[in-house]
Amino acid sequence: MLTRREALLGTVLTAAAVATVGAMPAVASTKDVAGLPREKVTLVPPPFVHAHDQVAKGGPKVVEFTMTIEEKPMVIDADGTQINAMTYNGSVPGPLMVVHEGDYVELTLINPETNTLAHNIDFHAATGALGGGELTLVNPGEQVTLRFKATRSGTFVYHCAPGGAMIPWHVVSGMSGAIMVLPRDGLKDDTGKPVRYDHIYYVGENDFYIPRDEQGQFKKYETAGDNYDDTLKVMRGLIPTHVVFNGKAGSLTGDNAMKAKVGETILIVHSQANRDTRPHLIGGHGDFVWEQGKFANPPAKDLETWFIRGGSAGAALYTFLQPGIYAYVNHNLIEAVELGATAHFTVEGSWDDDLMMQVEAPKAIAS
Amino acid sequence: MSLDPIFISGTIAAAALIGVGITHALDNSSLELSQLTAVSELVLVGPGSFDHPKAGEFLKENHPVAAPIVQETIHAPLEIMKYQVSVSEYGRCVADGACKPIDARKSGNVPVTGVSHMDAEAYATWLSSRTGEAWRLPTDVEWAYAAGERFRGDMESGESDPNNPARRWLARYRTETALGRKPDPEPRLQGAFGINSKGLADVAGNIWEWTSTCYIHATMASDGLGIASSIDNCGVHAVEGFHRTYMSNFIRDGKSGGCAVGTPPDNLGFRLVRDQPSLARTLLRRLGLA
Repeated sequence: MLTRREALLGTVLTAAAVATVGAMPAVASTKDVAGLPREKVTLVPPPFVHAHDQVAKGGPKVVEFTMTIEEKPMVIDADGTQINAMTYNGSVPGPLMVVHEGDYVELTLINPETNTLAHNIDFHAATGALGGGELTLVNPGEQVTLRFKATRSGTFVYHCAPGGAMIPWHVVSGMSGAIMVLPRDGLKDDTGKPVRYDHIYYVGENDFYIPRDEQGQFKKYETAGDNYDDTLKVMRGLIPTHVVFNGKAGSLTGDNAMKAKVGETILIVHSQANRDTRPHLIGGHGDFVWEQGKFANPPAKDLETWFIRGGSAGAALYTFLQPGIYAYVNHNLIEAVELGATAHFTVEGSWDDDLMMQVEAPKAIAS
Repeated sequence: MSLDPIFISGTIAAAALIGVGITHALDNSSLELSQLTAVSELVLVGPGSFDHPKAGEFLKENHPVAAPIVQETIHAPLEIMKYQVSVSEYGRCVADGACKPIDARKSGNVPVTGVSHMDAEAYATWLSSRTGEAWRLPTDVEWAYAAGERFRGDMESGESDPNNPARRWLARYRTETALGRKPDPEPRLQGAFGINSKGLADVAGNIWEWTSTCYIHATMASDGLGIASSIDNCGVHAVEGFHRTYMSNFIRDGKSGGCAVGTPPDNLGFRLVRDQPSLARTLLRRLGLA
């Protein structure tokens, strides 16, 4: 097994090797792309998503994104448990990027000097070079720009994959996000009829593996490097200590609960870069669900729970029919309640007695 | 039963002061019994009346409504522990084999946490037998009376729309969110949350306290005041602290997430009341024990 020092050193050596490869200019496609219109997008932290057209206006373009990697301690539960998080753009998960099929995604990835580790990005939506991972490894103090063509529509995970044991460690330290490639003519239901959403929410689910001390209390570490050996041991047990949405238990509840009104349609994009999950909207449904997240396939209808494979992102469209508080959970209820995978929707509007009513309130059993 | 000198001197000293306490209680002020009790410092809260929202869930014409507020009267001076039972106090019960061990994170003069209603009952039974006195959990009414200005009651917006039950759920959610209380799981030293107007320490800090009041489903009479019928569930008891909530007797850790919308208690603990020694002696005499 690699010691921490060797592992960290290993990454640096890989980085050096990749730097040579990365230095080769990608001339082939430059000509074709040069004439395309360009659009600069400012990313926003989840669960929100940057403004975007649901149906593309005009032809393909180059969509420019910038993400700065931030290594920083983050609190992941109500008890103040801390992780030495590795983040794309400062949030866990990283922001959702939205483009249309046929567009070019051009990402500038910045690894500031203040960080301690080498990072990169593997886009499941991209073709070749380990999803771009081979071309994007940056040491602290470096930045890199990658362009890939979004050839397939759907929701796709992106994550850090800096080689060997670094890969799962970076991912379970928070380094993942998702990109949504919309069909140019927008989303369609199972019969090919266009569907639209009034709100889009991006829920990234993370499994964390925090080491405990002899008393069973979660440990805190000065730096990410310090936790590596201990964390790896917990990771190899495959039982997470936390399963959370948006980086922290309860991060999408209370003031931060997601909002909608009766009659509004929402699209929930749900990603899990590492581990299977099964989203469920308590009291609601998935009207149209792209379980595998790929819009070339017709959506499944009327789902109660949908399955998101580890290493993928899915999308669920739902029109709220009844007001109230809805819990959006990973329907492994132990993970939802005990480990943290619960979000809330607050939905305003009129109650529909036809859909449900309490005919008789609780009372003594009639004898 | 073996005699423990600490308990003997402690209770005798406290008992000696009761007379004084009652005189003071008569003018409806509270008196804190001095440090003489090594076991449990007690506060004597004078009798009085106050308005109190009843504990439980209430229905009127088939729809949930806020708990009715009724005038409650505490007739006799209420003798209640100034502090929540501490880890070290609880530890003596564990050492005697009468209480179940807890996963103590701290020791000494820190409130015992991670205790269920059953644990609290076991402690009261043990303390009563060790001292020959009548120790018990306070009722919800007694707790609220002693909590004074720190009593909050249920998370309740007061909103109730028979045509739209969701309005009440949403309003309660907003009320709770607006309070903005952050979880605060780390138990502190006794006294860290200060003394209330009745002389009790740490009321509504980060420990929620068990009471002896059962959870009820009640249907209001048509006049909206009285209770027409009610079903008690004594497998669940009212728990008091920053807010009032209801927990199954076997729960030791009230923290939760999940689908339930609600502020879970940071910690579960308790303090006890002592029935007036004269009463206790009467009881014991009746039982032929004294």
